[in-house]
Amino acid sequence: MIPLQPPRRLIDVQIDGEAVRVPEGSTILDACQAAGKDVPTLCYGDTLTPKNACRVCVVEVEGARTLAPACSRKAEAGMKVGTDTERARQSRKVVLELLGSSTDLSTTPRAAEWTAEYGADPERFGDDAATVAQPAKVDNDLYVRDYAKCILCYKCVDACGEQWQNTFAIAVAGRGFDATISTEFDAPLTDSACVYCGNCVEVCPTGALSFKTEFDMRAEGTWDESKQTETTTICSYCGVGCNLTLHVQDNKIVKVTSPHDNPVTKGNLCVKGRFGYGYV
Amino acid sequence: MDLRFRGAQPSQEERAAVDDLLGPPATAWEGGARTELDLRMAARAEEARDLLLPALHAVNDRIGWISEGALEYICRRLTIPPAEAYGVATFYSLFSLEPRPQRVLHVCTDLACQARGAQVVRDRVEERFGPPGKDWHESPCLGMCERAPAALALEAGQPHRAEVYAPATPETITTITGAAPRANGHAPSLEVAGETPVKEAVPQAGEPGLVLLRRIGVVDPASLDDYRAAGGYTALRRAFELGPAGVIREVLESGLVGRGGAAFPTGRKWEAAARQPDHPHYLVCNADESEPGTFKDRVVMEGDPYALVEAMTIAAYATGCAKGYLYIRGEYPRATARLQHAIATARSRGLLGDDILGKGLSFDIELRRGAGAYICGEETAIFNSIEGQRGEPRSKPPFPVEKGLFGKPTVVNNVETLVNVLPILERGAQAYAAAEPKLFCVSGAVERPGVYELTFGTTLRELLDMTGTTGTTRAVLLGGAAGAFVTELDIPLTFEGTRNAGATLGSGVVLVIDDTVDLRRLLLRIAEFFRDESCGQCVPCRVGTVRQEEALHRLSRRVDDSDLVLLREVGQTMRDASICGLGQTAWNAVESAIDRLGVFNR
Amino acid sequence: MSYDRLTHPLVRENGVLRKASWEEALERAAEGFRRNIERHGPDSFAMLSCARSTNEMNYIGQKFTRVVIGTNNVDSCNRTCHAPSVAGLSAVFGSGGGTSSYQEVEDTDVIVMWGSAARNAHPIFFQHVLKGIRKGARMFAVDPRRTGTAQWADLWLGLNVGTDIPLAHAVAREIIHAGLHNEAFIERATVGFEEFRQCVEPWTLTAAEQVTGVPAEAIRELAHAYARADRAQLCWTLGITEHHNATDNVRALINLALLTGHVGRYGSGLSPLRGQNNVQGGGDMGAIPNRLPGFQDLLDPQIRERFESVWGRPIQPSYGRNLTQMLEGMAEGEVTACYMIGENPVQSEADSLACIKRLSMLDHLVVQDIFLTKTAQMADVVLPASAAWCEADGTFTNSERRVQRVRKALEPPGEARDDIWIMCEIARRMGHDWHYDGAEEVWNELRALSPQHRGMTYERLAELQGIQWPCPSEDSLEPPYLHGRLWESDPAKRGTPAPFAVLRHSPPVDLLDEEYPLRLTTGRRLDSYNTGVQSSGFASPLRRGETIEMCPEDAEKLGVVAGEEVRISSRRGTVTAPVYIDPGLRPGLVFMTFHFPDEVDTNALTIEATCPIAGTAEFKAAAVRVEKLVKAG
Repeated sequence: MIPLQPPRRLIDVQIDGEAVRVPEGSTILDACQAAGKDVPTLCYGDTLTPKNACRVCVVEVEGARTLAPACSRKAEAGMKVGTDTERARQSRKVVLELLGSSTDLSTTPRAAEWTAEYGADPERFGDDAATVAQPAKVDNDLYVRDYAKCILCYKCVDACGEQWQNTFAIAVAGRGFDATISTEFDAPLTDSACVYCGNCVEVCPTGALSFKTEFDMRAEGTWDESKQTETTTICSYCGVGCNLTLHVQDNKIVKVTSPHDNPVTKGNLCVKGRFGYGYV
Repeated sequence: MDLRFRGAQPSQEERAAVDDLLGPPATAWEGGARTELDLRMAARAEEARDLLLPALHAVNDRIGWISEGALEYICRRLTIPPAEAYGVATFYSLFSLEPRPQRVLHVCTDLACQARGAQVVRDRVEERFGPPGKDWHESPCLGMCERAPAALALEAGQPHRAEVYAPATPETITTITGAAPRANGHAPSLEVAGETPVKEAVPQAGEPGLVLLRRIGVVDPASLDDYRAAGGYTALRRAFELGPAGVIREVLESGLVGRGGAAFPTGRKWEAAARQPDHPHYLVCNADESEPGTFKDRVVMEGDPYALVEAMTIAAYATGCAKGYLYIRGEYPRATARLQHAIATARSRGLLGDDILGKGLSFDIELRRGAGAYICGEETAIFNSIEGQRGEPRSKPPFPVEKGLFGKPTVVNNVETLVNVLPILERGAQAYAAAEPKLFCVSGAVERPGVYELTFGTTLRELLDMTGTTGTTRAVLLGGAAGAFVTELDIPLTFEGTRNAGATLGSGVVLVIDDTVDLRRLLLRIAEFFRDESCGQCVPCRVGTVRQEEALHRLSRRVDDSDLVLLREVGQTMRDASICGLGQTAWNAVESAIDRLGVFNR
Repeated sequence: MSYDRLTHPLVRENGVLRKASWEEALERAAEGFRRNIERHGPDSFAMLSCARSTNEMNYIGQKFTRVVIGTNNVDSCNRTCHAPSVAGLSAVFGSGGGTSSYQEVEDTDVIVMWGSAARNAHPIFFQHVLKGIRKGARMFAVDPRRTGTAQWADLWLGLNVGTDIPLAHAVAREIIHAGLHNEAFIERATVGFEEFRQCVEPWTLTAAEQVTGVPAEAIRELAHAYARADRAQLCWTLGITEHHNATDNVRALINLALLTGHVGRYGSGLSPLRGQNNVQGGGDMGAIPNRLPGFQDLLDPQIRERFESVWGRPIQPSYGRNLTQMLEGMAEGEVTACYMIGENPVQSEADSLACIKRLSMLDHLVVQDIFLTKTAQMADVVLPASAAWCEADGTFTNSERRVQRVRKALEPPGEARDDIWIMCEIARRMGHDWHYDGAEEVWNELRALSPQHRGMTYERLAELQGIQWPCPSEDSLEPPYLHGRLWESDPAKRGTPAPFAVLRHSPPVDLLDEEYPLRLTTGRRLDSYNTGVQSSGFASPLRRGETIEMCPEDAEKLGVVAGEEVRISSRRGTVTAPVYIDPGLRPGLVFMTFHFPDEVDTNALTIEATCPIAGTAEFKAAAVRVEKLVKAG
C-alpha cells in the first residue's frame, strides 16, 4: 500500500479579525496566505525549514509578550493574530531600516516596495552607520558571492548543508555584526568543498549570490528581466530527469533554476544541470 | 559523509592534544594508519559532533591557538565538515584561529570593574603590551567583581594554566612579567595562581543562619568527607525516601523559581520534563554565568562544589535523567578544577555512576567548558553549544522540556536554582518557603563587596546597609547589563517588588554607582557588551545593537532628540522582534538610564 | 576543449565534408539508404537512435527503421550502459523499468547502493537517498572504491572488481541459513528457489571473503540488514552493468529481492539508475531491436498486427541487431548503411580503434547531431539537429519511469533543424509522406499504440509534473511502484511468477598478470559527462582533466607523485595521463573516466568483452600497467 498522509485536523484562527481555517501544523504565515494577507518575508524559503532570522514577517499574537515570526510559529486553535498592527508595522519598519542601512538591498525583490510601504528610512542612522560593504568575491566562472548584499538569512548554508546538498562548503563564521558566510578559513570556493550545484544561489533572497552570467550582465547593464522568458524542460545529462527552468534572453540561456515543487528536484540541481548548458 | 579537506596537516603536538581527549583514531578514515581492513570495509563513524567544543579546547589549551591542520584533524576524527567547525571555532572569543602567544591576558573592562577604575588598568596594560588583540584582550565581565578591577591570564601548555590578578592595579600590571605563572601542583590543580580564598568573596561567611552559603569558607571544598560531615547528601537520601514524584511535589510546594533571570517555577519545569514519553531525558546545569556583575555561581561552585553535584543528582532522579551536563563558562578555571575534582571523587565513591547509594539510580555528570560567549547562557543556545554547533539560541516553541539537548526532553537549571533544592528537601518545602534564600552579587561603590544571602523581601536599602557604600550613591544597576538602573532604595528585593519598580532581579546583580562614575561611558560599555555578544542570528539584535552603540557614541558627544527617538525605536524593535532574551533586553539598561537618570538631559 | 554547434548540413565530396543545402543533404542521405536497400536488402541498414533525444524522436526513429526501411535494426547507446538492467528485469518481471520511485527511497529502511557512485553520477537522486538517511534509513554501499557515496554509507563493502555475483550469492546464502528469507513470498510469487538455493550453497561467508575481498562480517551485516528490513531499496548503476556478464549481475541482485520479498511494495524495490536523460524512454519507444513502442514484444503477432494496421506496412517478425551486432555486421560487410542520430560510438565504445575501423567499412553513414563529433567526421552526410532538451518539444522518461515534458526554449542555431522534421523529410524522399503537426501529434500516435502511455496527455503531464508509467487511463494514476501483482493472494491476479536465476561466477575477462598487474575501472565525475561533448561547454572549477587515480601506496611503489604524467598500457593500447592520488582506492586498483577522449582516450585501454545477452562491454575491468615516464634529457 502507498502510505497516506494522516488526515490533518483543521483549526480555526483569527487573522486581523477574520476567521481562517487551516490544517493543524500550519504556520501563521500559511494562515495569513490563506486569508490573503501579504506578509513580507526574506529569510523564509519554501523548500527550507524556517530559520526566522530576518524578522520582517513578525506579527502580533494576542497575549504574547513579544512579536512572533509568522514564517515559523505554528498556528494554534483560537490564536488571534494581527498582521498589520501598529506594533508589528513599527517592528517591520525598523527591521527594514536596519537591513537597508547595513546591506545593499538593490537586487532584493520587493525591498524598495516594502521600504516605501512601511515608511522605512534607512538613511536615518547617518553616514557613519556600519555596513557590510565589501568587494564581491569572484573566484570562479559560475557564480559570484557579493556579501555586501548578504542579510545572513542562513538559507544558502541550509541548502548547502543537511537540508539539501549535504556538501557543507559554507557555514556562518564569526559572531554578531561581524558574522559572515564563509568557507573554512575563508578559502576561495575553488579551494573549498563547493561542488557548484548552485542550490545556494537558487535560495538566496537578495542577489548576494548570483550566477556569473547575471552578475556580468548586470555590470554591463544588459540584464533585463522584462525581456526574459522562462521555460521549464528536462535536463539533458543523466537519467534522473531533473526539471530545469531556462531563463532566456535574446535566444540565450542566462540563468537556470528549478521548480521548487517538483517531485524530482524539489528545486535542486547539480553542476551539470545548473551550468552545463553552454554547449547549445 | 563525503568530507573534503584542503590537506593541512596537524603538528605532532596538536595531534597529541586531540588524541589525549578522543583516544587514538579507530580507522584510517578518521586519521589513523591505513590498514588492509580499512580498504575493504568501513562503518559509519559514531556521531560525535558534541565533542567538537572539547576538542577545540584541547588544542587551544595545549597550543594557544587552533591551526588549520589541527582543525582538519579534529574534523577527520569527528566527521565534521571543516567549514562548519570553522564556523563554530570562530564563534567563541577564547579561541584563536591565528597564531598568538601562549600566554594571553584578559583585562576586564566591564561594568563592575569600570566602576572601580578598570580604565586606568587597561591603559597601563596597553602602554606595556601594545594594542589589544595579541598578547592581551579587553574582556567582558570575568565574574570577579568583588575584587574589581580584575584580569586573568590564560596560558597554553600541558597542563594549561591560569593566573588571576584581582584587584589589578596599575602597579600589579607593572609586575606582570609575561613569564609563565608559577606551577601550582599537579593537574588538575584545584588552585589557580593569584586567587584568594573563596570565603573572602562572602562577607557573611561563617555566620549562623546561612542556608546556601553555610558551607562556604567553612568546609574544605576538595573534601567529600567534609561535605558529608557538614550535612552533605542528606538531601539525596531524603529524595530517595520521597521518590521522584515526591521530590517534584516538594519542589512545587516550595515555590522555587529559576534564579537564572526568567523566574520560571522549577517544579513545573521538572514535572513537565518528567512526564515526557520521549527518552532519554537530559539535565543541563547552566553554569555559564556571564551576566556582567554576576559571580554568585562561581562562589558556590568554588566554595561548595559537592552541593551542586548532589543537587544535580536529585534533579536527575526526579526528572528521569541518566546524564547531566554541567556547562561552565570558560573563564572560571578554579570553579572548573574544583568541580572536576568533585565529580571524579563522587564517581569514585559511588555517588555518581550506576546504582547511586545502592538505590538503583544511574546518573553521571559531564563537565563542558564554554569558550567565551555570553549567549551560551541562554537556555537553548547552551544546547547548541554542547552539541558542537554555534551557540545560537533556538526558536521556542518547542521548549526544552519537549525538545532540548539532542532533541530530547531536557531540564535546564541554573546553579543557584539547583542548590536551593538541597534545603528544600532537608527542611521541607514549607520551612524553606518561610525563609526563602536569595543570593546577591554586590559590587561597585560599596565597602564590602561580595555574595550576600538574604531572605526574599529584604529591601535594597537594607542590603546596602549591610555592604556599606562609598562615595555618593547615584544609582544601582539591578540585574546586570540586561537589567535596569534604579534610584529608589526602598524596593523589596523580590521578583515582584523589582518588577513593580520597573526593574528586574535578574541574576541578582546589585552594582552600586557613585557620582564618580561616568554614566555615559558606562552606557557605552553596556552597548559594546551587547554588540560583542550578539550571536548575529536575527536582524533586530545583530544590527540593532550596533545602531544602539553608534547612537550612544553620538549622544555622548552631542545630545540630539532624533537620536533619542532612534534609540527608542530600535530598542523597542529589539525588545519586540529579537529571537532571544539577549536582544530583547539589550535596550533595558539604556532606557532606564535615559528615563530615570536623565543621562542625556540637556 | 569545447565544441561548436553544427549550423548547416555537410556532405562528403572527394573525401572531405563540405557545406551543403538541406535539399542536397537530405537527398544524398535518402539516396544512400535507397541504394543500400536495393543492393543488400533492408537488413543492411542500421539505425542508432538517440538516448538523449525525446520519446517522440525515438518513436519516429524506430518507425522510420521499421516502416521506411523495413528492418528491426534499431538500437541506442542504452547498449553501453543499462541494457542488462532492462534485459534482467524484463526476464524476471516482464517489464524492463526500475520498480520504484524516488520518493520511496526517502521512505525506506535500508538502501543498498550497489556499484553506484550516485553522489557524483546522479546527484539529485542521491539527495533523495540523503533524505532517506536523514530519516533513519541505513545505507550500504558496495563498490570497489570508497566513493563519495560510500562515505555516506553505514557500511561500505569494498569488493574486488567483477565479484558481484559471489558477493550477492553469499548474501543470499547467509539470508537463507539465518532463516531470514521470505518463505511465503518465495512460495507464492517465485519459481526456481530450490535450484537457486543449491547454487548459492557453496558461497559461504569465508568463501566469498576469499573471492570478493570483503570481510565476512561485513557481508553478514549486509545480508541481515537487507533481509530484516521492513522496506529495502536495491539501487545499482554501471558498476553492475558494464561487465561481460552484466545481465547475470543484474539477475544476481534481483535474486536478493525475490528472496526477501523486497519488490512490488511501497518502499521496497529495484532501481537501476539511468545514465542518460532518456535511455529509459528510448527503450520504451521501441528504439531497440526486440521491442515495439510501449516495450511490447515484437514476436507477438497480435501486437505486431496492431502496429501494422496503423503504420500500414508489415513488420519483420524477428529481432533486429543490437549495437554490438551492428558493429559486428559492419565488420562482416552485412551492415552497409547506418543512420546515426546523436550517438558518438567512436568515443563511447570500448576498444575505440576497432570501432573506427568498422564504421569506415560502411557504404553510407548519415550522422545527425548537434556537434561535428569524431563519429560525424567519418560520415557521408552530416545533418545539423536541434538540441532536444531545449530546442524541441516532447517528452523524456526518467529512471523512475516518469514521463515529463520537454519544452522548446531556444531557436536552434543557423540551419539546424528538429530531429523529427529531418526524419520526416528523408522519409518523404523515400516514399513515405509523413506529416506531424508538432511533437504532441507524434505522442498521441504513440499513446494510441502503447497501453502503458495511454493516459498521459500533454495536459496531464504538465499538470502533474510528469506521470510514471504504466498509466493506462486518463482518469487515474497507478501506484508509484511496479509488480504489486506479486503480492496478490489470487493466483490469477498474481500472474507469471518471478524466476530465480541460477548463476555462475565469471571473473573479468581481462586477466591480471605480471605484465598487467593493475585493475583499471572507469566511471564518471560530478561535473563531467560521458565523452565530454556536452559538459566541456562550461567552465567547471572542479574540472582537472583526465587523470589516472591511484592509492598512495601504489604511487609510492611506482615512485610517482600527484600530477606526474605516467604511461598506462593495456593489452589493447597505451595512453598517458597525470597521476591523481585518491585514498579511496586500494593497492592494485586504479581509476579513470572517459570524459576527455581528445586528450586521453581511456577507451583505447578498455576491453570489448561484451555481455552475450545485453551486449554491454566490460568497461569496468581492464588489466593495465602503469609506468613512470623516463624524462628525456
